[in-house]
Amino acid sequence: MKIRKLTLTTGAAVLLAGAASAAWDEYKPLFALGYAEPEEGQLVHIPPTLQDLEDAAMSPELKEVVRRGYDLFVDTQQLRGQHVFNDMNCASCHMDAGRQPFSAALWPAAITLPDYRGKNWQVNSLEERVVGCFTYSMNGDPPEYGSDTMLAITTYMQWLAKGAPVYPDQEIYGRGYGSVDEPEQEPNYERGKEVYAQSCAICHAEDGQGLKQDGQVVFPPLWGDGSYNWGAGMSRINTSAAFIKHNMPLGQPNSLSDQEAWDVAFYMNSHERPQDPRYTGDVHETREKHANFHGRTLYGTVREVDGHLLGDHDNTGEKDFLRPEILRSRTFD
Amino acid sequence: MRKKQLAGGLALLLGFGLAGTPALAVDGLEGDPQRGEGLTQTCISCHQADGSGQNVPGGESWPRLAGLSAGYIARQLKDYQEGRRQNSTMAAFANMLDDQAVADVAAYYAQLPVTEAQGGDDVDDATLARGEELALRGDWNQYIVSCQSCHGPGNAGAGEAFPGIASQHAGYIAGQLHQWQEGERDNDPQGLMAAIAKRMSDEDIRAVSAWLARQRVTSAQGDSK
Repeated sequence: MKIRKLTLTTGAAVLLAGAASAAWDEYKPLFALGYAEPEEGQLVHIPPTLQDLEDAAMSPELKEVVRRGYDLFVDTQQLRGQHVFNDMNCASCHMDAGRQPFSAALWPAAITLPDYRGKNWQVNSLEERVVGCFTYSMNGDPPEYGSDTMLAITTYMQWLAKGAPVYPDQEIYGRGYGSVDEPEQEPNYERGKEVYAQSCAICHAEDGQGLKQDGQVVFPPLWGDGSYNWGAGMSRINTSAAFIKHNMPLGQPNSLSDQEAWDVAFYMNSHERPQDPRYTGDVHETREKHANFHGRTLYGTVREVDGHLLGDHDNTGEKDFLRPEILRSRTFD
Repeated sequence: MRKKQLAGGLALLLGFGLAGTPALAVDGLEGDPQRGEGLTQTCISCHQADGSGQNVPGGESWPRLAGLSAGYIARQLKDYQEGRRQNSTMAAFANMLDDQAVADVAAYYAQLPVTEAQGGDDVDDATLARGEELALRGDWNQYIVSCQSCHGPGNAGAGEAFPGIASQHAGYIAGQLHQWQEGERDNDPQGLMAAIAKRMSDEDIRAVSAWLARQRVTSAQGDSK
């Protein structure tokens, strides 16, 4: 054990130019909570904290933009009706304001983009990635490229990557939500419903609509108009199973079994939500066209319990358009 | 005169209480704050007439009840009655109440304006800063999620399961966190609070209790959806 850790520390230290052994210590409590330890050769990076920002030798103007990005990230509802048309905040699905491993930490995006993205079959910049979040997870109308809001958010993301190597060859520790092994039994609605009632409903409510207090979202809705739309990564069962396993119930990560995580992810995503902005007017056609994405969603499939065809509707939620105009494709042919 | 009436009333309530039905029977019962006020004669010696409670340095602090959600107060009283929350003093008083009385008392305290808390003035700025960090952002390396992620905006409470903790006495918050750490209190849903409390150091508890006690809450917990 000790030897292995030493080896890893050395490996990581090389990757991060000496910053890593302190990093290791910081993540130790996570290993005790069931998170995998980094494997040899993986890139480990501990993003800076807001306190680090105060202490950093950066221009006051830049610090102000980072703070603005943080503020937008944790309180994205301030953009409600402008860029956001549901009850979500960025921080709803990115724990610790985008710092936490296995919680879609932001820094990997900042060091790996621009890169090709299968979701839209083209090379995406960091801004374009954020456009995707607003389009799908926020069921929104994304901020303009180069806008103050976009600058603040991407600056915050890039600052979180401070000191990490750009375009690393190594695999990134804790990237995305991690993954959960395929379950022994096919994910199941009824079992998922039981898990939901036992482990999720206390916060997200029996009807999945979450909780608002004094008009502010405390626990986000998991389906319906207030939640992410059918094009969001969270609607993929594998993605949501990994998010749930590694982050939920809040404060008790890795407490559900793999099977429970898959079952409850299946249950959560067996409910209606706003239409996929890529909708062609036909749910089957849309599912087929985006098979690489929808292969892991229940969109365009029939819900067994009541025969409902999921996603077969024109409901765009709170917004009055389907597809944000900012989305575009490009080629360099 | 008034005392006598109350004693009679309590005896009656005690009878009902003993014959009472099990957990969560208060659900669906509409509480009447006016009736509830009439039942608080025994409460006020500790929780005070304005529901502000009292910080008792070095002893067991009495929590502010004013402005907590009715559902939360009722649930605690039921838990005292049925042994899910242990406190011999409170068990005795809670057992004097039948389900309707529980709902009434809860409704009464819920509509009182939030009072200022005591305690937490003996800490330095660094401790307060740590308290603020834990309350608003958490310390995720220790997997201590922020208080407000469950206790709601301004830590003023969220729904019926998550009580307001801003402007609560430092001694009470610290006492409860230590009880959760030691398993002496375990009536939190799904062990959500215990999981966090067990990751906190004594210094963390001191810091967050002090910071929360110093926060002011302008209104009672408002509408929850």
